[in-house]
Amino acid sequence: MVIRRFPWIRQSLVIWHKELRIEFRTRFAYSTLLMFAVTTLITISFSVGGFVPDSDITAALLWIILFFSAMAGLGRTFVQEEEKKTITALKMAVAPEPVFLGKYFFNVTLLCSLTVLVVPLFLVLLNQSVPLWAPFLTTVFLGALGLAGASTIIAAIVAKTEAKSAMMTILAFPVLVPLLLATINATRICLAGAPGTAPTTELLLLLFYNGAVVTASLLLFEYIWNE
Amino acid sequence: MFWQSILGIWLTLVILASFLYMPATQGLGESGRIIIYHVPAAWVAVLAYLMAMVNSLNYLRRKDLRFDRQAQINAELGTVFCVLATITGAIWSRGAWGWYWNWDPRQTSIAVLLMIYAAYFVLRGTVEDPERRANLAAVYALFAFLTVPFLVFIVPRIYDSLHPDLINMEKRTFDMDKKMLVVFLASLAGFTGLYGWLYNIRLRVENLLHRLEGKKEVI
Amino acid sequence: MLTQVKVHNLTKAYRHRLLFRNLSFIIPDQSVFVLLGRNGAGKTTFLRILCGLVPASAGQVEITVDGKILMPQEKRTHLGLVAPDLELYGELSAVENLEFFAGVRGIPFSLTKARDLLDFVGLRGRGHDLVHTYSSGMKQRLKYAYALLHEPKILVLDEPTTNLDEDGVQLVDSIIERQRRRGIVIMATNEPREVSYGDQTLSLDTAESGNLA
Repeated sequence: MVIRRFPWIRQSLVIWHKELRIEFRTRFAYSTLLMFAVTTLITISFSVGGFVPDSDITAALLWIILFFSAMAGLGRTFVQEEEKKTITALKMAVAPEPVFLGKYFFNVTLLCSLTVLVVPLFLVLLNQSVPLWAPFLTTVFLGALGLAGASTIIAAIVAKTEAKSAMMTILAFPVLVPLLLATINATRICLAGAPGTAPTTELLLLLFYNGAVVTASLLLFEYIWNE
Repeated sequence: MFWQSILGIWLTLVILASFLYMPATQGLGESGRIIIYHVPAAWVAVLAYLMAMVNSLNYLRRKDLRFDRQAQINAELGTVFCVLATITGAIWSRGAWGWYWNWDPRQTSIAVLLMIYAAYFVLRGTVEDPERRANLAAVYALFAFLTVPFLVFIVPRIYDSLHPDLINMEKRTFDMDKKMLVVFLASLAGFTGLYGWLYNIRLRVENLLHRLEGKKEVI
Repeated sequence: MLTQVKVHNLTKAYRHRLLFRNLSFIIPDQSVFVLLGRNGAGKTTFLRILCGLVPASAGQVEITVDGKILMPQEKRTHLGLVAPDLELYGELSAVENLEFFAGVRGIPFSLTKARDLLDFVGLRGRGHDLVHTYSSGMKQRLKYAYALLHEPKILVLDEPTTNLDEDGVQLVDSIIERQRRRGIVIMATNEPREVSYGDQTLSLDTAESGNLA
């Protein structure tokens, strides 16, 4: 196992690079993610108007936007390989684990570049200040990481079903409940910024959640991929 | 037939005893009698779900569709008892604290468990090939189940728990009246027997359906 | 050193339908094996089992390369597959496709190597075009470049001349001849011309008990 892990990393970076190259040409996933996030954000901002909502509500809104954007944008991670029959070419060339890691790195890249654009826009449009900015950025990063991780293996399952588009949200939501509760609570604490508070438990939980999701995915992915 | 009759009589006695023999609980009053149904239902739900996990793991290791049928049945029974536990819990919650639902950590976990298995059954419904269905369902069940323990840590950070603990940690005793304990344990045994009986019937039906499908496809 | 493919008691049933039962034979080094059979007889499934893409219901395929029996994960290094249900990335150019597959396989890649390979399969001058702009015959030629990229010992061809013109058919002839000297060719086809290449042929229509035709 240990000896095989090093080629995994190199191979998964090759796959990540391939995904980026295709994404730059088609812009399919990124435009879906961005359009979804921006349209919901503008709708929320428009309906809220000049009223500055409570940080409890703002925190939930932010993660609802990010969750549904991820569902819309990352659901096709494996569908394309399946539909365009490139999956056989890939299976003949490489082990399952690097494929998972490559796709996971790519999804992380997508979601991080989405948050870089959407989170500042969100704070500006909803007129929010962030007293605890360092824990806030960590929360957003770990949250995006976890969203990408769980979405990757769920997207692999979705690609093998017959009702592809509808399945992503149904399958991903129960799995993501702990992550969403943790990120929403952490964000709430960071936005409220009461003295002496810090989302330490939430951040630790997010860390462990990420670790558990990636480990379990690496163990289970093979069974989906070699289906 | 013999064991079915015993089980029927046993559960009837448990029901009668829970209203007639057992005294009302201190603190919770008459509504506390629901513990005789609520806790065993929750216990069977957990038991069936754990069995479903074991079946799923076995399927992935051995690729024998028999394990998939077992996993499916356990997931179904787990869900039935989970719904029962949720409903009885909500009724009890209403009697004790005045509202049916308050996102107590246990209520949250049970709601998420129900969502996982709802998704599990939707997933099974969208895959036609039996082997592929078995594979995907097993992977999803294992993966989703893994995330449940995280709820235990995050939910209490948001909402306080009102749920009573049966085992008193400080005194290391079981907080229950002696008569009540007898009925409770009898109910626990009865519910477990009920689960075993239902499981057996469902497994026989599924195995027959499987054989029937084999006959059909040859023609 | 010894290279061979040994098929032992191979059986595949899909749901309750039996595709083939108890196939047993040995494909020796430096030979061409041809698999025949009407549509739906299980030719493609057989090749997919051989490549380790789907599991067999019973029995096994044992591939020996240079005297060493391959583990399942080692098969990738020594097998090359061309098949109708295998496609290359349409949004990448031919050269990028080859670069990608060389990358994941961990073998050295250079533009010269790509150019030589593309020249060989008759795609000279089109290496930087995106694959989705290719005609189906050109895509089929590119699949040969993909399958030969890592110089596999065993070349697996499912309907080798699909979509190819006369010139392309001759290319496949020369690839089969070359591969016969290097190792093994296993192909599924019903084209009489390709069948005539076979050192051994097996028809899945009559192979229920595993007898070689």
